[in-house]
Amino acid sequence: MFHWLEKHPFFFAVGVFVVIAFAGLVEILPNFAQASRPVIGTAPYSTLELAGRHVYIKNSCNACHSQLVRPFKSETDRYGHYSLSGEYAYDRPFLWGSKRTGPDLMRVGNYRTTDWHENHMKDPASVVPGSIMPAYKWMFTNKTDIDTAYAEQLTVAQFFSVPYNKEVPMKDGSKKVVKMGSSVADANALALAEAKVIAADMKDQDVKDAVANGDIPEIVALIAYMNSLQ
Amino acid sequence: MENRPLEYDYTVAKMFMFTTVILGIVGMLVGVILAFQLAYPGLNLFLGDGLAEYTNFSRLRPLHTDAVIFGFTLSGIFATWYYVGQRVLKVSMAESRVLMLLGKLHFWLYLAVVASVVISLLAGVTTSKEYAEFEWPIDIAVVIVWVVFGLSMFGLIGMRREKSLYISIWYYIATFLGIAMLYLFNNMEIPTILGTSAAGESGIGAWYHSVSMYAGTNDALVQWWYGHNAVAFGFTVPIVAMIYYFLPKESGQAIYSYKLSLLSFWGLMFVYLWAGGHHLLYSTVPDWVQTMGSIFSVILILPSWGSAINMLLTMKGEWQQVAASPLIKFMILGSTFYMFSTLEGPIQAIKSVNAIAHFTDWIVGHVHDGVLGWVGFMIMAALFHMAPRVFKREIYSKSLMAAQFWIQTLGVVLYFTSMWIAGITQGMMWRAHDEFGNLAYSFIDTVTVLHPYYAIRGVGGLLYLIGFLMFAYNMYKTMSSRRVEESELQNASPMGA
Repeated sequence: MFHWLEKHPFFFAVGVFVVIAFAGLVEILPNFAQASRPVIGTAPYSTLELAGRHVYIKNSCNACHSQLVRPFKSETDRYGHYSLSGEYAYDRPFLWGSKRTGPDLMRVGNYRTTDWHENHMKDPASVVPGSIMPAYKWMFTNKTDIDTAYAEQLTVAQFFSVPYNKEVPMKDGSKKVVKMGSSVADANALALAEAKVIAADMKDQDVKDAVANGDIPEIVALIAYMNSLQ
Repeated sequence: MENRPLEYDYTVAKMFMFTTVILGIVGMLVGVILAFQLAYPGLNLFLGDGLAEYTNFSRLRPLHTDAVIFGFTLSGIFATWYYVGQRVLKVSMAESRVLMLLGKLHFWLYLAVVASVVISLLAGVTTSKEYAEFEWPIDIAVVIVWVVFGLSMFGLIGMRREKSLYISIWYYIATFLGIAMLYLFNNMEIPTILGTSAAGESGIGAWYHSVSMYAGTNDALVQWWYGHNAVAFGFTVPIVAMIYYFLPKESGQAIYSYKLSLLSFWGLMFVYLWAGGHHLLYSTVPDWVQTMGSIFSVILILPSWGSAINMLLTMKGEWQQVAASPLIKFMILGSTFYMFSTLEGPIQAIKSVNAIAHFTDWIVGHVHDGVLGWVGFMIMAALFHMAPRVFKREIYSKSLMAAQFWIQTLGVVLYFTSMWIAGITQGMMWRAHDEFGNLAYSFIDTVTVLHPYYAIRGVGGLLYLIGFLMFAYNMYKTMSSRRVEESELQNASPMGA
């Protein structure tokens, strides 16, 4: 059979394809049958948080930080409860990372504060002596792209039924509604309202002024995202 | 009909040889910068404060991996295909205008994609999926390049005079099919300009932005099915294609065993794709997928070692060639590194070992002993073998080649030994508890302790880069030398002093 295949490139290629596609069919398809279902307490990202997630991705933070707590005592001691599949239901793309040059950030919102992040992004060694993380000073001046975050919200709501403007159950039994603007202007206004809350806890005067003037520097969005990781 | 050997057309092969060398330098240089940035964070500002956004680790890291995988390695694969393909199929590209056109189109489109990748990654336009960072417009361009490559490849195969396909061709076909399948599935995404607001606005935000079709755990599963097998069909399969052609040609020895080739080819095709799950051990993907990933990774040793042993036994009775020829040295040490790397990988895929190794520098070390020792050595060996035939000149300097071999070997050894120690140290420190059951170290302790190993890794990488520059110089001098070879060359490559 092999000799015959070696003389017939078309059938050879078909044979190779069938053999390599096999594993994907067995491993991947069954998992897709059970689409990611959110666990209780998992809410979609708000406009500003999603914009902050874009800043995180833009700067490849995931190259050095993971977002996956493995079920080991050392990891749950350090980072909190181990990760559950349903917690990632709204993560497109996933940001588990493959390398921990820095610590895991899956639940960083539980143990770091807005002003800690502010100092850390400006000068990492000022809050973590010996840190080898570079500073991200440009995030204090670059303007956040809220429009793209809003476009993404619209897209995932339309194509993947992500529940914006709908009630989602929280751990304490309450319901939460994550709002999505009805227009670009509306979305920007929502994001600005969120940004003002973050900026109130920050020290950088230029950032405070920018937010007061209706501009949102990237750092504010990034911190909103960091705080949402719980 | 005259009774003389076929003349092959190396136009396209030459073009890809140039990009192999140039993108190799770029990718490796960025890698060396990254290595030293980890040891000396001040280097994140090597072009000053103003350009820090574009010179810091996080922007350069995806550029390094993509430049080496899709710049250096893929160029090497294309260069060798346009050389090997014609020769084992016994047909010249010059025989068909369409083929020549497709080949050149393939090259120029590829170059355009490379340029757009460099710009977009530096600008921070990325989907964040490792080795699949490109946004949808570039993804579409990549698919077009790949289709052109496929047309060009199957066009050549369709015109062949040699009825039976040589082993190398099997592997090139598998490379084409495997990458096509993986790339398409992993990069399924929806451009977000398609979203329409309640107010009826559309086309909002950045036009190139997209959102993955898969969420969370599913996205991770598809990504690592891709990520691991991009290694399979970029770093293993086509490089095996190269050694199956170039080692017998260079040494004048026939492949040791046809049966072993068969077993290792079909075994590799079937087993490799299962192993992606080992990137997701202890994660939230189903347990059985993780277990399959572990088990198949160990089974993967068989087909991998099958090829490598076949290569080593090809030299049976001719080991004096290894001592005499630096070119054979590259190939044989490459095969040895392949064996080493395909043993190390399965060990890391064992659950208990993975618990320590995952997320650490040991994984980085594993990737690099494979890529530097196996992929890099084999591609350089292939280009060294091709150069005298393509440019009709003997290799400029044999002693430079030998010096390069030893410098790079030392570089690889420094790289993986330092990363082994760094990774295992880090993994052990993360999990250490004191006598009261509390964590023994804070995270930063596990970072600062690695400084010496990061510095050693930087030196290892630098040595490899220096070797690569020697390679580039040797190639340049070979091309521009006046000594032209008169006749078709057989077996061992002619080398200068």
